[in-house]
Amino acid sequence: MGRVPVNPELQGREFPPTAPYLVGREKIREFARAVFARNPINLDVDAARAAGHADIVAPATFPVVVQEATLAQLLNEPDGGIDFGRVVHGAQQFSYTRPIVAGDELTARLHVRSVKTLAGNAMITAESQITDAAGEHVVTATSTLVVRGDDEGDSE
Amino acid sequence: MTAPAYDDLAVGDVVAEAAYPISRDSLVRYAGASGDFNPIHYRDDVATSVGLPGVLAHGMLTMGVAVQPVADWAGDPARIVDYQVRFTRPVPVDATDGAELVIVAKVGQLDDGARVARIDLTVSADDLTVLGKAQVRVHLG
Repeated sequence: MGRVPVNPELQGREFPPTAPYLVGREKIREFARAVFARNPINLDVDAARAAGHADIVAPATFPVVVQEATLAQLLNEPDGGIDFGRVVHGAQQFSYTRPIVAGDELTARLHVRSVKTLAGNAMITAESQITDAAGEHVVTATSTLVVRGDDEGDSE
Repeated sequence: MTAPAYDDLAVGDVVAEAAYPISRDSLVRYAGASGDFNPIHYRDDVATSVGLPGVLAHGMLTMGVAVQPVADWAGDPARIVDYQVRFTRPVPVDATDGAELVIVAKVGQLDDGARVARIDLTVSADDLTVLGKAQVRVHLG
C-alpha cells in the first residue's frame, strides 16, 4: 500500500475567483469546429439572433475552457500533493442556468466537493461555478479526477 | 429553429445517430481550441512512455463531439441544460487510420413537469463503448 496520493484536507476547500474570461466570437467558432459542431447557432450571428440569442452560442462543452484555470489552481495547490502525471479524468458534467454567448465575461470559482480514497487511488470531485459579469450563475462545471496511487511493480 | 415536439417523444426512441472520423489533425485542432496541450494527445513517444498504446483522443473531445447529434436534433444547442459523461475507455487515434466515433442518441427519460428529455448516448470506437452514463438533458419548453 503506497502513500495516499492526495491531501484529504483539500475536501471542502474554496479557491479565489479566476481572472475574468472574455468569450470571443472567433474562439467559440474555433471551439465549435474542433468538436464538429455544425449547428448554425454555434457559428452564425444572424442564425443565433433569429433564435433569440444576443450572439453565437458556445457548444455544450465550451465551459471547460474557462474551468481549466480552476483545475490549474487545484493541481498547483502547494499542500495538495497532486502529481499531475497520475491524474486521469474520470467524469465530467456541465449544468447550465443559461447558455454561454459571445461577449460574456465569465469568472470561475472552484470548490472541492469531496476527496475520497478507494483502493489506493484518490477521487477528487472539483466543482467550478461559472458566473457572468453581473455575478449571475451561468454554468457549473464539475470534474471527477482520479489520482492513481503508488502501485506495486511501479517502475517510476 | 423548431424544437422537437416534446409530446411526441417516447422513452426508447432513437432521436439521432451519427459517425465522426477523428484524425490526428482533429486532436491538434482540439488541443489548440481547448488549451489542453497534454502531449499524450499528439506524441506517440510520450504516450508510450507512460504505458499507453499510443496517442489518445482527449476525453473532452470525445465528450464534445458526442453531444453534437443532440445539438442538431434539438434545433438550438442552447436547449441543452445539462450534460454529463464518465470516461470509461480511452480512444486510441492511429496516425494513419485515425478513429471513428459512432454515436446513438436515445430518449432515456421524460420529465413531464419540466418538459426536459433525458437523451442517453451510446458512444463507441472500434465497436467498444468509450463513455459511460452519457446523458444530455434537453429542455423542450
